[in-house]
Amino acid sequence: MTITSPADAVSFDVERPARFAFMRRGDFPLVPSLIFLVIAFVAVFANVLAPHNPEIGSLTARFKPPFWQTGGTAQYLLGTDQLGRDVLSRLIFGARVSLVVGFTAVIFAGVLGTALGIISGYLGGWVDQVIMRLTDTWLALPALTFAIFLAAIVGPSMWNIVIILGAVYWTRYARVIRGEVLSLKEREFVRLAIVAGCSKRTIMIRHILPNVVNSAIVLGTLMLGVVIIAEASLSFLGVGVPPPEPAWGLMLSDGKQGLMVGYWWLTVFPGCCIMLMVLSANLLGDWLRVKLDPQLRQL
Amino acid sequence: MSNRPLLELKNLSTHYVSAQGTRVVRAVDEVSLRINAGETLGIVGESGSGKSTLALTILRILPMAAQIVSGQMLFEGEDLLLKSDEEMRRVRGKRIAMILQDPMASLNPLFTIGDQVAETLRVHEGASRASAWSRAVDLLKAVRIPSPDTRVTQFPHEMSGGMRQRIVGAIGISCEPRLLIADEPTTSLDLTIQAQYLALLRDLQREHGLALIFITHNLGIVAKMCDQLAVMYAGRVVESGPVSQIFNSPTHPYTEALLNSIPRMSDNRHRLTAIEGQPPDLSALPPGCSFAPRCPQVFERCRAQAPPEFKPLSGGAARCWLAHASRDNPAPLRVGSGAL
Amino acid sequence: MKQYIGRRVAYSLLSLFLLSLTIFFFVRVTGDPAALLVEPGASEADIAAIHHQFGLDRPLWVQYGIFMSSLFHGDLGQSFYYRTPVMSLYLSRLPNSLILAVVAMGFSLLIGIPSGILAAVRVGRFWDSAGKTFALLGLSLPSFWVGLVMILFFSVYLRWLPSSGAGTPLHLIMPAFALGWYFAAAHMRLTRSSMLEVLGSEYVKLARIKGLPESLVIAKHAFKNALIPVLTLAGVNLVIMVNVAVVVETVFAWPGIGRLLYEGITFRDFPIVQGVVLMGGAMIVVVNLMVDILYAVIDPRIRLGT
Repeated sequence: MTITSPADAVSFDVERPARFAFMRRGDFPLVPSLIFLVIAFVAVFANVLAPHNPEIGSLTARFKPPFWQTGGTAQYLLGTDQLGRDVLSRLIFGARVSLVVGFTAVIFAGVLGTALGIISGYLGGWVDQVIMRLTDTWLALPALTFAIFLAAIVGPSMWNIVIILGAVYWTRYARVIRGEVLSLKEREFVRLAIVAGCSKRTIMIRHILPNVVNSAIVLGTLMLGVVIIAEASLSFLGVGVPPPEPAWGLMLSDGKQGLMVGYWWLTVFPGCCIMLMVLSANLLGDWLRVKLDPQLRQL
Repeated sequence: MSNRPLLELKNLSTHYVSAQGTRVVRAVDEVSLRINAGETLGIVGESGSGKSTLALTILRILPMAAQIVSGQMLFEGEDLLLKSDEEMRRVRGKRIAMILQDPMASLNPLFTIGDQVAETLRVHEGASRASAWSRAVDLLKAVRIPSPDTRVTQFPHEMSGGMRQRIVGAIGISCEPRLLIADEPTTSLDLTIQAQYLALLRDLQREHGLALIFITHNLGIVAKMCDQLAVMYAGRVVESGPVSQIFNSPTHPYTEALLNSIPRMSDNRHRLTAIEGQPPDLSALPPGCSFAPRCPQVFERCRAQAPPEFKPLSGGAARCWLAHASRDNPAPLRVGSGAL
Repeated sequence: MKQYIGRRVAYSLLSLFLLSLTIFFFVRVTGDPAALLVEPGASEADIAAIHHQFGLDRPLWVQYGIFMSSLFHGDLGQSFYYRTPVMSLYLSRLPNSLILAVVAMGFSLLIGIPSGILAAVRVGRFWDSAGKTFALLGLSLPSFWVGLVMILFFSVYLRWLPSSGAGTPLHLIMPAFALGWYFAAAHMRLTRSSMLEVLGSEYVKLARIKGLPESLVIAKHAFKNALIPVLTLAGVNLVIMVNVAVVVETVFAWPGIGRLLYEGITFRDFPIVQGVVLMGGAMIVVVNLMVDILYAVIDPRIRLGT
């Protein structure tokens, strides 16, 4: 039988919250954020950064390989395409297209989907039924096919594409937000607001909305990657942002011609850009998701 | 038959360590217990007292974050902690069995009752499908399930809660274990079913010569079922001994408070007695006795130094300086009492 | 169970109805559906004929009636380019897409499920990290780019595989891989999380308490339960695959309905586009229904009516 010594005090790590401390922690995705910033920077300052005009090519300089291969020059660092246009410049301007379309479409879809989700979830009744049936039907339509269908109807232009993508993807938001609203409706603060005589509109805007914003943002990060790939797919098929505006998907489509003869740079570089952007978006989204709402971790 | 206890735990400690290694939760802290063949030992405590972790420790089925840091677990003379994973697997279900609290969750919804009862027989005894199946039917009969032949092909969701718990019991006794650990088996059952189930356990125990460790927070069940009792608080056993003795004259103030909090019909008291304060945070235990913050008979020494186990003359054991006082001098030393 | 199936069927019918309504609405929304429904370069007389055929000058609900009745007769219109009914075009191409989708699905399950299980069983360790990386790559790489890079490697550099067309199993390998890649990642993710959830369940705990060998615990108790959501998703994904394959089929010139859609937009052949969308949506609704019914049959909890 032993006499126990005084129990050891257990020590904690004391977290000292500093302003940018969250960045220094191991799990902050530094690399993806940097990639994203670089792409954004490039997109904004495209005019300054691009060595050549992306839309005009020199017919004497067609299909030049990147500078490190034989036949390549330092003038066209990453080579040229079938019209003699500089690949690097087109990539830089293409970033602009991808970012603008991607973000705008996601925001548009988010606003529309969140609004309808809140209305549907909070008002209930036949409004809910109608919106939900609509959402389910919309969801049944395969996104890409539907987008192509809409593009065939309204004709492709940059803003049309944004609207189309927003119209295709809002349903993903509506579903999730509605679910949240349904459970929020039962909470104390909503009931208090009702008792206090707030109008339905006020409750939806001032009480419900701030509580679903987090989920909407999280969904947005998930959708960003999807939308960017969708835009690239549309461009690849020829119904995306129309030429001469350079879009990465379009570059891939043009590049296909040269593929069989081994002009690999027309395919690899645009694809890498798409991949980097989507990868960064996904990684940032994963991190943001965990930070904002640990319950959604399994999504 | 030797006098050796069936299971003896000596200074057993299980700690949960956080991923960063910074927080240590002493879920089971220097626990020493023993149980003899055929006996029933009740383990009582609040949620978070460590009783379930103790059960999982005995079977060595702990989650990844938990580690057994010290002690011995002598089962029929062999230290279970020294066994390999494969050897331990052969002990589980065959020599030591366990019943869990929620029978609906414990049974796999996609497989028949018969399949799940026969499984242990097939794995541990190499029984053929046919013989295991018919023994499963016998086992269902033994736990008093009506029409076992039809029940055996049914699925868990087709049964009532009481029946499911009996099936779990049947699984438990299927390989004739020496020790059965029941972790709050009646907590999720209706009151009317509880009594039947307890009677069943009693009978099974007698018929098969089982030792039973009954984990519960319900002292009433302990009074009915158990021979020995161990009271756990904050991962430690604060009092242990024969049930009747502890019920009649508890040594540790926590035990006393638990007993007092049971409402009785003959009570003249107008208010229910509760134990003041909150259960402790197991990762930040105070120095000294962990019950000191809530103890009505606390004194200086309690806060400074954690009491070891004392064996008062009356028998059993208690982790309390009061027990120490009563052995050395009849008048316990109290310098400034706590609340009440 | 009959009640459950009945409800699902009714619900699906409603979805089909709303689907046709949506498509109908969008064609009319631009205000001048004739521009779409008429061949480019048609004469005045042709335009007038189209107006009459679709009732474009009559009230909307009449137009919808005309629309629905032709749908019921399986008439999706006539392709401008091929001068054959869209429905027959679609049906002739559908088997190719199905073959591609089935092979791609097989590939995605063959890679996705085992890697998901491995990641869950070895959670936090090497195989889990490897799996998560794989999943991330799968979800970030556009399928058509995977296809293009594969062509570069296997057709142009190595000359092992044909780069386009259909006909031999060799033609199938690259498109199926490119198509299945994304879904392998999605299936892996779902298998992993489903498996993790199941591994933490009480019945798995009891299986271990019973002293069953770990391999049996995983293979029997955990596996079947974990698979349920994955197979549900796979069933739904199969149809999605058929529809999403449009880009992969274009890259590899695989003669399926995806490529048909591509032809439709390239040749400005609107009846094809409309037909593919309608059929695509209808297929998804029907397959969802079938998956739900299958689910009801397999899961004893639904079959025997909880």
